Amino acid sequence: MDNLNSNPLTRPYSRKDIGWRLFLKTIIARSYPRIVGQQRELSWVLFEILLPMFAVCTYVFVYRALNAPEEYIGFVVMGGAMTAFWLNVLWSMSSQLYWEKQQGNLQLYIIAPNSMMAILLGMAVGGMFATLLRAVTVTIFGTLVFSVKFEIVSYLQLFAVFTLTMIALYGMGMMMASAFLLFGREAWHIANLAQEPIFLASGFFFPIKFLPFWVAAGASLLPLTLGMDAMRQLVFSSATSIGFLDVATEIWILAGLAVLFIVASKYLLAYVEKLAVREGRITESRR
Amino acid sequence: MQTSTSWRSFRMAAWLGWVIESNWTDPFLFAVYSIVKPLSGAAILVIMYGVITEGNFGSALFPYIYLGNAFYIYVGAVMTGVSWAVVDDRELYKTLKYMYIAPINIPLYLLGRGGARFVVGSIAVLITILTGVFFLNVKINLAEVNWGLFFVSLTIGIIMLALIGLMLAGFTLVTARHEGFIGEAVAAALYIFSGAVFPLDVLPEWLRPVGYFMPTTYWLELLRRSLVGEVANAFPTLSQFSNLEILGVMIGLSILFGLVSIWIFKICDHIARENGMIDRTTNY
Repeated sequence: MDNLNSNPLTRPYSRKDIGWRLFLKTIIARSYPRIVGQQRELSWVLFEILLPMFAVCTYVFVYRALNAPEEYIGFVVMGGAMTAFWLNVLWSMSSQLYWEKQQGNLQLYIIAPNSMMAILLGMAVGGMFATLLRAVTVTIFGTLVFSVKFEIVSYLQLFAVFTLTMIALYGMGMMMASAFLLFGREAWHIANLAQEPIFLASGFFFPIKFLPFWVAAGASLLPLTLGMDAMRQLVFSSATSIGFLDVATEIWILAGLAVLFIVASKYLLAYVEKLAVREGRITESRR
Repeated sequence: MQTSTSWRSFRMAAWLGWVIESNWTDPFLFAVYSIVKPLSGAAILVIMYGVITEGNFGSALFPYIYLGNAFYIYVGAVMTGVSWAVVDDRELYKTLKYMYIAPINIPLYLLGRGGARFVVGSIAVLITILTGVFFLNVKINLAEVNWGLFFVSLTIGIIMLALIGLMLAGFTLVTARHEGFIGEAVAAALYIFSGAVFPLDVLPEWLRPVGYFMPTTYWLELLRRSLVGEVANAFPTLSQFSNLEILGVMIGLSILFGLVSIWIFKICDHIARENGMIDRTTNY
C-alpha cells in the first residue's frame, strides 16, 4: 500500500476540486492568459491602444473642422475608450469559441470536467480587466492631448452605470460566443460586419438622441448604447439635455440587460453545445 | 495558349482573392456585407456633420468629408488587402510555402490578391457616392466632371496603394503574431494625415508636413477636384496649386513610395526566405 502511495502514477488525488471550487478555479485559469499572457506581447498592447487612438484623433479633428462645442471632443474620447471594450467583446469573446475550434482546443474544453460557463466567465473577467487598462490609456491620452474637461455629476451613479454596462456587455459576449460556435468561415466576416454598424447605432461618437427614436430604442438592446449615453450625462454636465433617457431609467434597463444576457447565455450555451455535438461541429474546421 | 508568368500570377491571384472574398456566403448576404459596412462608416460622419451644422448639407465641407471618406475605402481595401494576403496564406490557409515553390511571381501574386479587394472596394465606393448624390445633396454634375483627371488620378492612386501594400506585405512576412495590425494601423494613420475627412489645416502645424509628404493627400484632392472642382478649391490647404501641379506631385511621390516599397519588399522577402519564415505560423 505504501508503495502505491509513493508512486505518482498510482497515488490517489490528494484533493479533487469539484463544484464551486472547480468553477472558480476554471474562471481564474481562463482569465489568466487574458490578464497576464496578453501583456507579454507588447506589440499587441501597443496596437490595441494605438488603433482606438487613431479613431479618436480622426473624429476629434472632424469635430474641430466643424467648430463643434468642446464637449463633443469629450464624447469622442469616451467613445474611443469604449471602442476597446466592444472590439474585445467582438473578437475575444464572441469569436473566441470559433477560434478555439479552429485551433483544436474546443474539444478539450468540452471533454474537460469543468463548466463551459466558467470558461466563458473567465474569458469575460480577463478580457474586461485587460481592456480596462487599454481604455484608461486611451482616455488619459485623449484627455491630455485634447484638453477634455470632465465634470462628474455623481460618482456613485457613474460607478453603477459602468459596472452594469460591463456586466451586460460581457454577458452579451458570452451569449454571442455560443452563437458563433455554429459558424464556419462566415464567423470572421460576421464579426467584421459588427464594427462600423454598431459604432453607428450605439452612438460611439455622437449622442444617440440624434438618431430617430425607434432606432435609438432598438440600439438600446446593446448595453454600450445606454451605458455611454448615461456616462456622457454623468461626466459632462452640459450633456444632460442631449441624453436619450434619464440616467436612473438607463441604470434600471442596464441591470435588466445584465441579468437577461447572462441567463440567456447559460441556456443558449447548453443548447448550442448539444446541437454542435449532435451535428459534429465541435471538431469541424472549415476554412 | 501560353501566357507570361507575371500575368498568370496576377490573374490567378485576383481570381483566388475574389473567390475567398465572396464565396463564404450566399450572394445576398455578401452584397449586404459589402454595402452595410462602408455605408455605416459614412453614416457616422454624416450624423456627426448633421448634428453640428443642424443639417446644413449645402456647405462645401460636406462633400469634402463625404467624398474623401468614400474614396478612402480603397486604401483599406487595396493597401491592406495586399498585406493581408500574407497573413491569410501563411497563418490561416498555410499555403504560402506552396506559393513560394510554385512557378509564379510572388509580388505579382500578392498584388493580384489586392486586385480582388479592389473590385469589392469599388462596389462600396460606388454605392457610397451614389447614396451621397441621391440622398445627401452631394452635387456631382456628370457633365462637369473632369473624367480624364478622375481616371488618371484613380489609376495612379490605386497602383500607388497596391505598392504601399506590398511594402506592408514585406513587413508582415518578417513579423510574428500581428495578424492585420500593421495594415490597419497604417490605414488609420493615413486617414488622419491625408486629410481624408477634414482639411489638413485642422491638424496641429507641426503635424501638417507629414500630410504633405503622403501621396494619398494629393490623390484624394485630385479625386475631389475632378468630381466637384469648386468645392475642393474652397479650402486653403492646396488651393494655390493647379490640378497639373498636384498631379505632378502625386506622380513624383507615388514613384518614390513605389520604389521604396519594392526595395523594402525585396529585403524582407530575402530575410523571410533566409530565416525560414515563409511557413512559420504564429497566430493559429
